[in-house]
Amino acid sequence: MSTRLKSGGRLIDRSASLEFTFNGKRLKGYAGDTLAAALLANDQMLVGRSFKYHRPRGIVASGAEEPNALVNLGSGARLEPNQRATTTEVFDGLQATSQNHWPSLEHDVGVLNNYAARFLPAGFYYKTFIHPRAAWKHVFEPIIRQSAGLGRAPKDRDADRYEQAYGFADLLVAGGGIAGLQAALVAARAGARVWIVEQTAVWGGRAPVDGDVIDGMPAATWVDAAVTELASLPNVTLRVRTMAAGVYDHGYVLLDEKVADHTPGDGRPKHRLWRMRVGRIINATGAIERPLSFAGNDIPGVMLASAVRDYVVNWAVSPGDRTVVVTNNDDGYRTAITLKEAGMDVPCVIDARVRADGALPARARGLGIRVETGRGIAKVKGGKRVEGIEMCLQAGEGAASSFIACDAVAMSGGWSPVVHLWSHCGGKLTWDDAHAFFRPDATRPPITHDGSAMVYAAGAANGALHEALADATHRAKIALQSLGMTAETATAPAHDLPEESPMEAVWIMPQGAPIALKAKMWLDYQNDVKVSDVQLAAREGYESVEHTKRYTTLGMATDQGKLSNINGLAVLAGSLNTEIPLVGTTTFRPPYTPVTLGALAGEARGEIFQPLRKTPMHDWHEKNGAYFEPVGYWRRPYCFPRAGETHEQAVHREVLNTRSNVGLLDASTLGKIIVKGPDAGRFLDMLYTGVMSTLPIGKCRYGLMCNEQGFLSDDGVVARIDEDTWLCHTTSGGADRIHGWMEDWLQCEWWDWQVFTANVTEQYAQVAVVGPKARKVLEKLGGMDVSKEAVPFMGWADGTLGGFPVRVYRISFSGELSYEIAVPASHGAAFWAACVAAGAEFGAMPYGTEGLHVMRAEKGFIMIGDETDGTVIPQDLGLDWAISKKKADFLGKRGQERSFLASADRWKLVGFETLDGSVIADGAYIIDAGVNANNQRKVQGRVTSTYHSPTLGRGIAMGLLRHGPVRMGEVVEFTKLDGSTVKAKVVNAVFYDKDGEKQNV
Amino acid sequence: MKRYSVFAIAREALNFHQGWERAWKSPAPKASYDAIIVGAGGHGLATAHYLGKNHGIRNVAIIEKGWLGGGNTGRNTTIIRSNYLQDSSAAIYEKARSLYETLSQDLNYNVMFSPRGVMMLAQTHHEVRGYLRTAHANSLQGVQTEFISPQRVKELCPIMNIDGPRYPVLGALWQPRGGTGRHDAVAWGYARACSDMGMDIIQQCEVTGVRSENGKVTGVETTKGFIGTKKLGIVVAGHSGQVADMAGFRLPVESMALQALVSEPIKPCMDVVVMANTVHGYMSQSDKGEMVIGGGTDGFNNYTQRGSFQHVEETLRALIETFPMLSRLKMLRQWGGIVDMTGDRSPIISKTPLGNCFINCGWGTGGFKAIPGSGWAMADLMAKGEPGPLAAEFDMWRFREGRFIDESVAAGVAH
Amino acid sequence: MLILECPYCGVKAEETELSPGGEAHLKRFGPGSSDADFEAYMFARKNPKGVHFERWRHAYGCGKWFLAARCTATLEVFGTYPAQTSEPPAEIIANIMAKRPAWKGFK
Repeated sequence: MSTRLKSGGRLIDRSASLEFTFNGKRLKGYAGDTLAAALLANDQMLVGRSFKYHRPRGIVASGAEEPNALVNLGSGARLEPNQRATTTEVFDGLQATSQNHWPSLEHDVGVLNNYAARFLPAGFYYKTFIHPRAAWKHVFEPIIRQSAGLGRAPKDRDADRYEQAYGFADLLVAGGGIAGLQAALVAARAGARVWIVEQTAVWGGRAPVDGDVIDGMPAATWVDAAVTELASLPNVTLRVRTMAAGVYDHGYVLLDEKVADHTPGDGRPKHRLWRMRVGRIINATGAIERPLSFAGNDIPGVMLASAVRDYVVNWAVSPGDRTVVVTNNDDGYRTAITLKEAGMDVPCVIDARVRADGALPARARGLGIRVETGRGIAKVKGGKRVEGIEMCLQAGEGAASSFIACDAVAMSGGWSPVVHLWSHCGGKLTWDDAHAFFRPDATRPPITHDGSAMVYAAGAANGALHEALADATHRAKIALQSLGMTAETATAPAHDLPEESPMEAVWIMPQGAPIALKAKMWLDYQNDVKVSDVQLAAREGYESVEHTKRYTTLGMATDQGKLSNINGLAVLAGSLNTEIPLVGTTTFRPPYTPVTLGALAGEARGEIFQPLRKTPMHDWHEKNGAYFEPVGYWRRPYCFPRAGETHEQAVHREVLNTRSNVGLLDASTLGKIIVKGPDAGRFLDMLYTGVMSTLPIGKCRYGLMCNEQGFLSDDGVVARIDEDTWLCHTTSGGADRIHGWMEDWLQCEWWDWQVFTANVTEQYAQVAVVGPKARKVLEKLGGMDVSKEAVPFMGWADGTLGGFPVRVYRISFSGELSYEIAVPASHGAAFWAACVAAGAEFGAMPYGTEGLHVMRAEKGFIMIGDETDGTVIPQDLGLDWAISKKKADFLGKRGQERSFLASADRWKLVGFETLDGSVIADGAYIIDAGVNANNQRKVQGRVTSTYHSPTLGRGIAMGLLRHGPVRMGEVVEFTKLDGSTVKAKVVNAVFYDKDGEKQNV
Repeated sequence: MKRYSVFAIAREALNFHQGWERAWKSPAPKASYDAIIVGAGGHGLATAHYLGKNHGIRNVAIIEKGWLGGGNTGRNTTIIRSNYLQDSSAAIYEKARSLYETLSQDLNYNVMFSPRGVMMLAQTHHEVRGYLRTAHANSLQGVQTEFISPQRVKELCPIMNIDGPRYPVLGALWQPRGGTGRHDAVAWGYARACSDMGMDIIQQCEVTGVRSENGKVTGVETTKGFIGTKKLGIVVAGHSGQVADMAGFRLPVESMALQALVSEPIKPCMDVVVMANTVHGYMSQSDKGEMVIGGGTDGFNNYTQRGSFQHVEETLRALIETFPMLSRLKMLRQWGGIVDMTGDRSPIISKTPLGNCFINCGWGTGGFKAIPGSGWAMADLMAKGEPGPLAAEFDMWRFREGRFIDESVAAGVAH
Repeated sequence: MLILECPYCGVKAEETELSPGGEAHLKRFGPGSSDADFEAYMFARKNPKGVHFERWRHAYGCGKWFLAARCTATLEVFGTYPAQTSEPPAEIIANIMAKRPAWKGFK
């Protein structure tokens, strides 16, 4: 059984006892425990079920590489599925439940898959479930989905919040082991701005566990001194519980700081996402031990050798009473020594190498541990827990030579550098035959903006398993040099390590294992990928490493193959009779370990999900019950419903009141761009299809803008302010886009033209006072002459109204007598209130965007985005009058000359009236006779705007119809979504006040 | 070739599956072929497949510089739908969708087509009108869609928050027979079927030049030597510009990164595909349980298969706003693909200035769903030398004439 | 996540401050031009896998458009320069030549 040892445990505080639950069972742990350590201390080796076969799964590792020990952490609004027990710090009240089983962890029906495992090899689903056709969606897929999936889906809105922050550094050191600390020291002493981050809560990495001696002192002491020095320097930032998640181009790095994972609900953000821009990155992320592939290597109790000694040394937890160590290198002996010295039984060290004569094997033998060389494990016995192993010759086929009873197996297949950060932006790897691993190829680093190396790997992450400090010193020096700094005098501390004999790559144990054993050798524990599966993939032609990965799902589990990838590659290479480096690796992608989506999204939630633009009158609208609609980042009142009114009723009331009395519209969102300079007129003549240079001062003119394709992109009224100044109104959604468009042409094409532009949209509030009584409202406000003579239609004037400085435009988008009045934004709210007050006796009511739409449709005015959709040219809309025939050039002119745009067969704008007075459906098409070559019903047009006109009491519509204007009086058929059609007559698009008398009074 | 079935699996199980043959052969190139397809992605393999199946042209090589299915076929978010606005788009995507319905049976390879339904959310009034327009168009195009209410949206996708403070859901365009498929399996299934017809799939073979005489292609230079052909089909997505350049013509195409990501797997919680265009994000749940998430493209020319973080961030913000339960899930992996974007964001299936050379590209962000239809139409074009009705509008000369096929016009998304 | 130095304000601008604007140094063809020239101006893009000249606007900064020479295969930036030029400055060309000897040149 696994137990807590009486003494020891460098990371736990035995005076701080904590209580937590696992599957409802109350268990005890200590401060400093990881959940995995605490579970083992309570003899909870079985922690979950695998993805495919639902086999029992125990803890394998002690860190981020753990594939098995995933739990549902917390509950309700704090439920977090797939939380790794090995990286979860225990806190008082922690709740964890195991995953992927039914009805319980101990008794899981899904384990039937295990008994059928032979029928479910890699890729079996591609070969079956093909017939009958409907069965995949309705029978097989639901079963597969239900049995897969691991953790529970949260149901509630997250109770926690997340924070994002920016950081900048010359050098970011990822990894707080001795290599990282040394690199940080070298850089910090040289004066660089340094960040060093460590994913766990503790500095120092493996060295203190392995009893390294640095500069004559225990590694832990050296680590403390290093951290103390770094913390004392003003140019250094240290962060624990902070994982370097991903390296992006040009020195951009994401760090995930787990601020309050271990103190949930304390009010702090759960995570803080650091968005770093750094000069160079030191990748000091260490190395991960590899499992060995022997039959039954997935049975709970089989663990990484390094993890076993982590549990003993760090948390005083012994995973087993009798532990067999199996290894292909000297490092594995450290575990045997550690266990023996802690008083545990180590029946045997099984070494696949023929000779084991290094210093560590000698020490193990000296402690009386039996060492068997040239041997391997033929098979592990046990179900939910290891019961023993059968030993065999490594060079043989697995005939057992003896049975050794044990309750744990510690395996060491050598180490693999953690090269993720090196690889994210394209750093290349090289195969190191001596250590049987891929390590960073310093001659092919990932590059940054100027083409220089962006990442430097250091220490074990660079393959320097035994010279980590010297390597880190060296790499830090080079990195500093590339930043124009120097650390010439820096030296590496003395690092005393026992000599190690060469390891020997062992990819399959025993070497000649038959298929029956290979079908029990796990590569990917979580996804249930075995040696036999990779061999099957190779046999079937899935030869590329990416094919094998995808066909077998090797390395696609939540650990992203941290334990399985190299072993899988080696098996694939063996199956293909080729070398491992020729097989290559799969691509490393961010993040290094999974990052909570909430942290990636940050604070932008709910109301502040996106920026919110408000007009100066926004508060008034809110107080007066406006129903808003989003227009870009603006929110505009759609209508102002009164008690008991539907939105539709409110819109009709607003329209009728405006037409009979007076309506007030907040038009502040309208784009306003000042164009000024000696060449401003010439510039506007290029920008608009019409002529603006001839516009008299004091007058307004409607204008159209097209893109270079010739398609209509924006419209609005232009006012000539003075000799060299024009004010261009754009659509509400278009102001920023059009301003950018203007600047594009001025800066990049006509840069010798003398023109300034300024987007003053938010500098002015604008109120449209609209309706037959509009003038009376303005006269009531008083201050300037607003008569037809003083401010004629399509004219403008400056003055004051009600004491406010105003500019009054006589323009109309409704067909009524209409004044659009601009005031400085700071006066907007007050001026609006003054208009409301002055209008009261004339029946003034505010109206919203929908009323505006209805009224403009009644008048046959087009709306950008309704009549246009990016494929419509002004000529389609009968706006030829707004296109200059005289100008040699304007933006879009050449585009409109292309054959398809100049065709006589284009759909053109007309009005429609249904024969029965009903409203044509939004989006309806006008059908034509017959079908096209693809058997689709032919069409000849479509509706673009369709409303019930409260003014006329029936449906009105505008739309595009092939040869439209010459077909007046014809009856056409519009589609309805119920499959029927509605007949409508082609009419003039102006339904109300055809001669435009009402606006010109 | 051995047929795949549950019985075959049972038989092979007795021998630990040591009797399975290669799914596709790995031959050396012959001196020449009747047709060469450059690019063994989904579109290239499907083109070859239908050349053989529909037109009896089987002396075909499919040349791939990397591994088959290794480009965008293996990097997309696997959405299959055909609720497009424009007639020509709807025709080819619906052809593709209907072929997906029976593709597993046709190929004897389970591509896991899962018609679970695709909904495109309308979150502004403008979007409502746009999707209504699409619904009307679809009703005439033979594409089964309907515009559904917010309440129906909630029933179909209970984890969605339809009452968000900024962009409440006002309805959705719903295509019940849209869904997802297993992207790799589509490439593998076509590859196996092509190989079975005697076609040569030549991987790890990069085209380095296109040889032509008198305005006709005679063959391609490759890293495995010169290979002659009577017809050439270029089907290389993001690298179309490179190969077109070798053939001596230019394309209205730019290559950009499109990113996607998956969460860690969780138990089934979402049985539809949801696309939210206003806020830029789309999501489905894979059979493994991962939430598969995508957004918009990065805006600059890029061949690195890496994108910029801000787009991932924007997409996740949008989706957490729409699906609050996502917040505590974790991003497992993010990646990018290189998409080829044309001037109107619609594909090109076209003859070229070279008489016997044809091109199929420009699928941009929407290629996976089109694979069977694209291959069908391209095979037709290559076999006959003239486009059939499916490809007719997608010629490369439409840009000169201004004859756009613009899907963005009705709040449409191209994904 | 690109960083491009704005040649106007000197800020090392973060990608989020910038808007991309496509290929640089396109010659505008207006009324009177041939169909082929106009099509090329609107649509034909070099789209190279390698050295690319492109337009950017320091949209959330000084507002200026500027041009950049950048490698689309590695994202290495060879330099940025003001937009008021019809071809890349000599020092940018020299810098590219130094770093990409096989580069075929601007034209």
